[in-house]
Amino acid sequence: MIKSTLLIAVARMLRGLGARMIDRIWRLGAGARLFFLTIFYSGESFRRFHLILREIYFTGVMSLLIIIVSAFFVGMVLALQGYNTLQKYGSSEAIGVLVALSLVRELGPVVTALLFAGRAGTAITAEIGLMKTTEQLSAMEMMAVSPIARVVAPRFWAGVISMPILATLFSMVGILGGYLVAVPLIGVDDGAFWSQMQANVDFRVDIVDGLIKSLVFGVACTMIALFEGFDAPPTAEGVSRATTRTVVISSLTVLGLDFILTSFMLVV
Amino acid sequence: MNLNIVEIDNLSFGYKGRLLHKGINMMFPRGKVVAIMGGSGSGKTTLLRLIGGQIKPSHGEVRVDGDVVHKQDRDGIFKLRRKMGMLFQHGALFTDLSVFDNVAFPMRELTDLPESMIRDLVLMKLNAVGLRGASGYMPVELSGGMARRVALARAVALDPNIIMYDEPFAGLDPISMGVICDLIRSLNDALGATSIIVSHDVKETFLIADYVYFVANGEVAAEGTPHDLMHSTLPFVHQFVHGEKDGPVPFHCPAANYQSELMNSKTND
Repeated sequence: MIKSTLLIAVARMLRGLGARMIDRIWRLGAGARLFFLTIFYSGESFRRFHLILREIYFTGVMSLLIIIVSAFFVGMVLALQGYNTLQKYGSSEAIGVLVALSLVRELGPVVTALLFAGRAGTAITAEIGLMKTTEQLSAMEMMAVSPIARVVAPRFWAGVISMPILATLFSMVGILGGYLVAVPLIGVDDGAFWSQMQANVDFRVDIVDGLIKSLVFGVACTMIALFEGFDAPPTAEGVSRATTRTVVISSLTVLGLDFILTSFMLVV
Repeated sequence: MNLNIVEIDNLSFGYKGRLLHKGINMMFPRGKVVAIMGGSGSGKTTLLRLIGGQIKPSHGEVRVDGDVVHKQDRDGIFKLRRKMGMLFQHGALFTDLSVFDNVAFPMRELTDLPESMIRDLVLMKLNAVGLRGASGYMPVELSGGMARRVALARAVALDPNIIMYDEPFAGLDPISMGVICDLIRSLNDALGATSIIVSHDVKETFLIADYVYFVANGEVAAEGTPHDLMHSTLPFVHQFVHGEKDGPVPFHCPAANYQSELMNSKTND
């Protein structure tokens, strides 16, 4: 009796695991299909660039405040922590390099992507999910207008264009925050701060690699947000779950992709 | 030219192992207002989605203007849909666009008309539904009846041959219901279009429909003019038309024996 109950429980667990696996694979396939369709319909979006510009305002410009404030604090904390460690080795003048490299190579693209997923990604998912719930996407289809060309593609390109710009702004403001803590507050030499940064930050290796990262994160975060909205069950609970999934999946994807990209960039 | 603009031929459709339609046949003659009626969950809205090519039938076919809908490729489906206009149950207005832009949307997306002409056409459509004065409003500022009228203006923006209405009277006050009722009939006659109304509101639908199909248990349970159906002796039609509690459509959802279920100590989870 106990043996059969145990067998049933194990079978049920395996069945659940299998169903979840199939669901994940199905979603991956559906996401890839949406990505290729988005690329396919992108020509129509670029022909009407005002649609992309409008979305750049909502995803990019509206995210500026959170990006700038966060960058400022991240830069200041980096300077404080960096100085605390560097002074032990008598190289506190290298604080500018530390702040700049940390921001340009890692923190700028990664933190921007995480903030973007929380601010713009959730907004995209909720908006598209609600459009689906209120039959706006169906209405568009019935009017012979492709929702992928009209709704998905402009948002996708807006996210892809916005992310590197936001990451660049993040790094710039972060460096400014670091400068304000290191130079006027702690008393590090002004010239040393900037000259060491100028001498040790390479445009190709550091800045371009950071931009490539943010571009990849832009593709990933925006596509995840769009797919979750498009795939959300048309109910209040469905949209709410999709919004949560956008943040969780985007954050994990950004961190995972960061490791992979960094590995490749350091090897090449 | 075929007398019927839409023909549903031996159509079956089902999902998740449940057969929703079992060999349905329907004809929608040009210029007429035809209603599809039936209880909630009888697959009326699904029929509209099948006509619009949003889903494919399991068996049989839907022909629009002689073309089999589910055999069309994407361009073919879009070409067919340009002959159709659809009013969704809750309007489905684009919430980020104003009333004017909602009505202008299909014109801007599907035609190369100059903006000055679009402006004139939009104002004409809005005037036809009595909402020219609300052209600057956002959808959130509209009442349910007004939203439905704006959606109607958008549905007829490109003068379609077929106008489909999904529960156009649901949730409206009596005045708005009367207005929508009148608009459906007058727009159909003015445009020379064919209207397909999906509804379970007997009084309003019978007032404007030329022909009515009753759908029940996945089949066409009855059909005829509103006058014929009003006086029908078929038990289902009689119960539905007169809103009677007792009849072939049971009040209770099929369930286990009431007494034994109450006596059973097991929980439902």
